[in-house]
Amino acid sequence: MAATAQQIRLQHVNVKLFVKNPAGVDLEPLIPIFHSWISGRAFNELLLDVADYRHVPSGPGIMVIGFEADYSVDNAGNRLGVRYNRKTPIDGDNAFALQQAARAALTACRALEQESRLGGKLQFGGDEIEIFINDRLLAPNRAETFQAARPDLEALAKKLFGAAGYSLTYDSNSDPRSLFSVKLKPSHGFSTAELLKNLE
Amino acid sequence: MKVSNSLWAAQLAGKMPDALAREIDVFETEIALRKQGKLDERLFAETRLRRGTYGQRYDNGQRYDGQKTQDIKYPSADLTKGPNTMWDAPGMQRIKIPAGGLNAEQLETMADLAEEYSDGIAHITTRQDFQLHYIHIDDTPSLMRRLAAAEITTREACGNSVRNVTACPYTGVCADEAFDVTPYARALARFLMGHPDTQNFGRKFKPAFSGCAQHACGLTSLHDLGLIAKKRVVDGKEQIGFEMWVGGGLGAVPYMAKLFDSFIPPEELLPLAQAIGRVFARLGEKKNRNRARIKFLIQDLGIETFRELVLEERKILPHDPRWTSFIEEELRAQEEPLRPGGEWPVATSEDFKRWLKTNTRPQKQSGYVTVTVGLPLGDITATQLRALADIVRKFTKETIRTTVEQNFAIRWVSHADLPALYEALKAAEIGMPGAGTIVDIVSCPGTDTCKLGISSSRGLSAELRKQLAEKSFELDEAVQNLHIKVSGCFNSCGQHHVADLGFYGVSRKVGGYAVPHFQVVLGGEWEHNAGSYGLPVAAIPSKNIPKVVTRLTEKYVANRVSGETFKEFVKRTGKAELKTLLDDLAKPPAGDRSYFSDWGDPREYTLDDIGVGECAGEVVSSVEFDLAAAERELFEAQLLFEKGETQKAGDRAYRSMLDAAKALVKIGYSTVPDNPDVIVSEFRLRYYDTQKFFDPFAGGKFAQYLFAEHDKARNNGKEPRTVDATRYLLDESQLFIDAAHACYNRLGTTVAV
Repeated sequence: MAATAQQIRLQHVNVKLFVKNPAGVDLEPLIPIFHSWISGRAFNELLLDVADYRHVPSGPGIMVIGFEADYSVDNAGNRLGVRYNRKTPIDGDNAFALQQAARAALTACRALEQESRLGGKLQFGGDEIEIFINDRLLAPNRAETFQAARPDLEALAKKLFGAAGYSLTYDSNSDPRSLFSVKLKPSHGFSTAELLKNLE
Repeated sequence: MKVSNSLWAAQLAGKMPDALAREIDVFETEIALRKQGKLDERLFAETRLRRGTYGQRYDNGQRYDGQKTQDIKYPSADLTKGPNTMWDAPGMQRIKIPAGGLNAEQLETMADLAEEYSDGIAHITTRQDFQLHYIHIDDTPSLMRRLAAAEITTREACGNSVRNVTACPYTGVCADEAFDVTPYARALARFLMGHPDTQNFGRKFKPAFSGCAQHACGLTSLHDLGLIAKKRVVDGKEQIGFEMWVGGGLGAVPYMAKLFDSFIPPEELLPLAQAIGRVFARLGEKKNRNRARIKFLIQDLGIETFRELVLEERKILPHDPRWTSFIEEELRAQEEPLRPGGEWPVATSEDFKRWLKTNTRPQKQSGYVTVTVGLPLGDITATQLRALADIVRKFTKETIRTTVEQNFAIRWVSHADLPALYEALKAAEIGMPGAGTIVDIVSCPGTDTCKLGISSSRGLSAELRKQLAEKSFELDEAVQNLHIKVSGCFNSCGQHHVADLGFYGVSRKVGGYAVPHFQVVLGGEWEHNAGSYGLPVAAIPSKNIPKVVTRLTEKYVANRVSGETFKEFVKRTGKAELKTLLDDLAKPPAGDRSYFSDWGDPREYTLDDIGVGECAGEVVSSVEFDLAAAERELFEAQLLFEKGETQKAGDRAYRSMLDAAKALVKIGYSTVPDNPDVIVSEFRLRYYDTQKFFDPFAGGKFAQYLFAEHDKARNNGKEPRTVDATRYLLDESQLFIDAAHACYNRLGTTVAV
């Protein structure tokens, strides 16, 4: 169970970026958009279905269920944002797995920002990125996991934010039952387009 | 799928009960064998079903995208987990919770699994189970091991087996029950699970317990085996036991359970259930799964003969010490309060006052209440489950129950703790008032995830919930207490038959388009353990159902006489008047295309690919007229039945099936004579033998209703009809007509005859 610097394996990475002005955002228009992602095979992943959880307070909102990953515009913790949840394993090292998830989340954000049916109402801030590892056995929520994962997380932050400063925080007082998660915050704001470009 | 899958067996070694660990090892081996092609897909399908691992919508590798059906190219393209069921397709995992009882650790386990393997949501079912959706089959052994480590099993959660043993969630604390049935329910669940005498059923078998006859909570009337706690005095001594009911069931045609025995002593509970299992396994239908539930066996044999057979079997059962030892063990595990009882709190806010009114229920133990945690559509997030675990640790001895209304019940809450508990629930966003009221709508998964779904039951329920919640406190008290239940199809998983206002999904063709509809079922009774079933009144487009609710409830408020229940109001008003009230809602408004998609799903609705004709909004074929006429005929039959004219009602119901069959036959044989023999013969030839009439999942079941009734009419047409048989025939006729509509939809084009 122990996650050490030598052995931690970062798989099933989740990345969440937050909506800039969440007040009054109506999630219903996302439903046809997500259906069109499926029918139009919008991403290089197999998307299967749309799940509507708007009735659940602080829930997953609207989701696109995929084979490799799920995308949601969720409201967990009462914070509206796009979350990418990688389900299938990624071939490659930790850095690759982290970058892949970040890229996928940012791509979804960009798609929604540019979606004509939303009229630009959904914009995402590049000033805070939350990363989760959705596997308690690989990454239990404790300080040792953070220490083990820190170099890979910092490498991702440097890739995303370039020369800008950033903070990488792990809340050691968080509920140990919850998923291991950290927050990345750059010293100044980035657009999602800039962040995507930086990942190239 | 999960990288950690290979690690959980070692991680949890020694922490799982041996039997469960072995069972999961076997399943994992079967998965490996199936992947190697060494296990037949049909066999594998049944084996996974018996572990609660279901298929889900689109698992056949196809999905209609609103314009065309697209292939879903799953990576393990040729590998299946059952006939026409792709390996990589997400599935549903059902998890058994006997009597709905859980502890805090189990809630946390459920939270972890929902988050790691599913979509972050755990769903409570109408039989006190949990369901997790979008699960990959490769993840199921790990998921099951983690459950087993928390002493939860998925074994026999599906398949032709004894399903979850349910029980009233208030038993043990209810003021007017006979006694606490929990230990007996748990003992029966332990005894029957994996028992050799329950492994050869033709269909599932669902037991339920209730602590009383008068409330709804146990729903014993709609179960294969229903047990109601009873007390009696013999020679001055009080005895406890059970009223035993058998052969109830919802499904397409609902059956009320029949009384097997008015009093059986507790020591006879397990052996009699075993004997019933033996008789069911030996004599129950195996080939035709549409007649394989025990209700059909009991109907065919008659309750007296069935009883005799069971009692004969009971006599020859070898003694099993577990018949009593399991009960004795379970009786030792009684729930107790954590904190002393207290004084009823002073409500300091309107919200708290409303919540106290709708979400608390007095216990027979002074100073305590049971709190209902209302969950919208039975859904709860992983974070909320953990918060709930903390709450039950803080305020109870770590116990909680799921309910058949898809909520949680926290028992043994001290009055003094109510303000703090309410605040804790509110903080977790599960402190909404309205439990058990009209906003607390029960829904099956429907088209969201179920392969059988016809209409979006959850979409409709969410919309109704939203609309009703906005005005719930302005609603008349009598309306607030009504029950709405929604099923996505005729299979009744949403228990629509026992609601005041029930709805089940059907499709209708309007001007060349398939339009999602719901059949409106009125006048069911939730109380008295689901005391009576409602009857269908009209099929209404999905998008008009909120108007149906408004109109019916307003009429009820305006016209009810003092103290009249909705069921009584429906009966007094009569279906003809109620149908007239809804007549203008039965057709979509001309030109409004929003009716061609379902709630929460913008894709153009279809059961299969449909062609779009010119002037589509106005074209109505003669087939549609004929099918409408068949519906009218059936409606007349229902009215006759209401008036007690059973014979005529049955005859008219049979006639309605003939009319619907004739409507279809006329597509290729426009001059078919109005002769029942010819109609049935031609229908059989053109639609049954060709399987054109077959429902994708129910097969030829609905056609059998016509054939059976036709045979009866030919062979013993003079025999008087019984009330029960006529009631079944009315339901069967409705299903036959619905199937005729669906068949016509599948034919794909508007047919001018």
